[in-house]
Amino acid sequence: MIDSYNYAFLDEGSKREIRRSILKAVAIPGYQVPFGSRELPIGRGWGTGGIQLTLSLIGPGDTLKVIDQGSDDSVNAVNIKKFVKMCTDVPCTIHTKDATIIQTRHRIPEVPMTNEQILVLQVPIPEPLRIVEPQEEVTKKMHAEMDYAPIWLQLYESLIKYGKITIGSEYPCMVEDRYIMNPSPIPKFDNPKLHNSQCLYLFGAGREKKIYAIPPHTKVVSLAFDDIPFEREDFAGKRCRLCGSTDTYLDEIFDSNTGERYYQCSDTSYCKEVRSR
Amino acid sequence: MAYVAVSGGEEAIEASIRLLEYYRSGTDKDLDLEVIKEKMGLLVDRVMSEAGLYSKAYAALALKQCEGSSDEAVFLLRAYRSTLKRDYETLVADTEHMRIVRRISAAFKDIPGGQILGATYDYTHRLMNFALEKEDAQGLRDRMEQMIIEQTPVQPEPCTRVSEELKKEGLIDSYEENNGQPFDITQNLLEFPASRSARLQTLSRADTGFLSGLAYSVLRGFGQVHPTVGELRSGYVQLEVPYLEEEGESLWIGEIMLTEVEVFNEADDKEQLKLACGYGAVMGRNENKAIAMAVLDHELDTEGNYPAQNEEFVLLHGDSLEMNGFISHLKLPHYVTFQSKLDAVRKTRRKEHD
Repeated sequence: MIDSYNYAFLDEGSKREIRRSILKAVAIPGYQVPFGSRELPIGRGWGTGGIQLTLSLIGPGDTLKVIDQGSDDSVNAVNIKKFVKMCTDVPCTIHTKDATIIQTRHRIPEVPMTNEQILVLQVPIPEPLRIVEPQEEVTKKMHAEMDYAPIWLQLYESLIKYGKITIGSEYPCMVEDRYIMNPSPIPKFDNPKLHNSQCLYLFGAGREKKIYAIPPHTKVVSLAFDDIPFEREDFAGKRCRLCGSTDTYLDEIFDSNTGERYYQCSDTSYCKEVRSR
Repeated sequence: MAYVAVSGGEEAIEASIRLLEYYRSGTDKDLDLEVIKEKMGLLVDRVMSEAGLYSKAYAALALKQCEGSSDEAVFLLRAYRSTLKRDYETLVADTEHMRIVRRISAAFKDIPGGQILGATYDYTHRLMNFALEKEDAQGLRDRMEQMIIEQTPVQPEPCTRVSEELKKEGLIDSYEENNGQPFDITQNLLEFPASRSARLQTLSRADTGFLSGLAYSVLRGFGQVHPTVGELRSGYVQLEVPYLEEEGESLWIGEIMLTEVEVFNEADDKEQLKLACGYGAVMGRNENKAIAMAVLDHELDTEGNYPAQNEEFVLLHGDSLEMNGFISHLKLPHYVTFQSKLDAVRKTRRKEHD
């Protein structure tokens, strides 16, 4: 821990301001709360929204886990942990169940999270309507008026054109029948974990200066039509080559020497745990 | 899918940082901070302006730390800025009383207070000066100091702006003077339509290249006509903060170098032909940026479909830190999202084959 900077880098006033925005976000699930995003020593677009949430919440007694693409060891996760360690005294862990705050990019851990835990997600583009409307001024009105026809139309057009809804990750959800929300670039595989969860999900977009939240026990429904149900990524018939799991999100790995294609868990710490059982 | 999930990130990052230090070490000569500050003044000015932090010493340090990359230096200064408490806000700075080092008008030959050409590269021939390869720095500095000593100092007079005269004639009335509390873009989310103070702050901190390119598009045909530089002035502006012990008193805390520009355009007023004014002000001697800012300030008041007339387009895409952060994030792993995309494409293709 370096003494020349304040605990958790930001000054106390900034941290308090961010916490107030978090409270508002929790009070209105799925609504994007604007906040005065601060510049950090880490690049905008590299998880600064998530980091600001983490920094504003963290204190002695917390245990932090940071993952990127499901992996604790990925360069960006390592870098963020190094930064938080530099300006706080909290221990880091790779075990999902031991952490009080988990910051993540692109995944929700496989181990179900509890009421004692907060999952902080890094968000590049918080606006779910951005794919149908580039102007912030317009999308804000669309949310206010619940004018969600354009995004439904987009899903419908995709069905007509390709016979499938072609959105990969960042699949939009309806929160408490009120706000359509971008779950951040998690795969569709993780969307159901948002619904009626035990833990608090916080979403931070640093560059776009927005915070939003899904508190525990919130209704979160991935957009779908009555006759065309929501569909997750399909790993039927595939299993992790290391731990043998068949119910996890799998990374596809291509061995250029043998031309062989195999799969392994994207959540590396879960994979290790299964192997050590 | 050529490489397996990146692991061992910690050692890799450490090695990478060591390699950066190697690149930065370069030669056995040290890069003196005073040298950067005093001999790379325009680069320092650009970095301070895009960072929104006026400190030549820290800008020089930042440039030394990152091999002279202007966007990395901006990044370092902005991050440092986040850690500083804001104790005071200065009073409205008066640019009429600027200690002017350069002042020109492309609209009028004679302006009250006169034109001062000052230092400009505009009229130099851009020929490589090979004599600088081996220069006697001490001798040069001595000669320059001697030259300054031989001059007779003149007490600077306050200069009213060129636009003042036109305003008196009722030819310009785009904006009333407004010394109210400005919108603070560093502490709030920019909302649209943006207030003018938010617009001007955003443009003033924006990336020089971005503003220049956009302003150029306006001049070339993707915008309104050719504006006239009514006035460009560079000089030192005095900053004061309120003195808390005594009502109405203030304390002088220092001065900063600013470049301020006003451009004139024809305004589309249906009743009477009038002039419209665009305003630019940036930290340091950063003339093209200030002019570009003034051009865009006016262009944003113009209705139309060109990129430079779209407020969200102009104000949301010019911040050095934001644009470079988001572009560089593309280098991060995207294994999960790409897997998901691949899955969607494969499923759709399967469906089409059925």
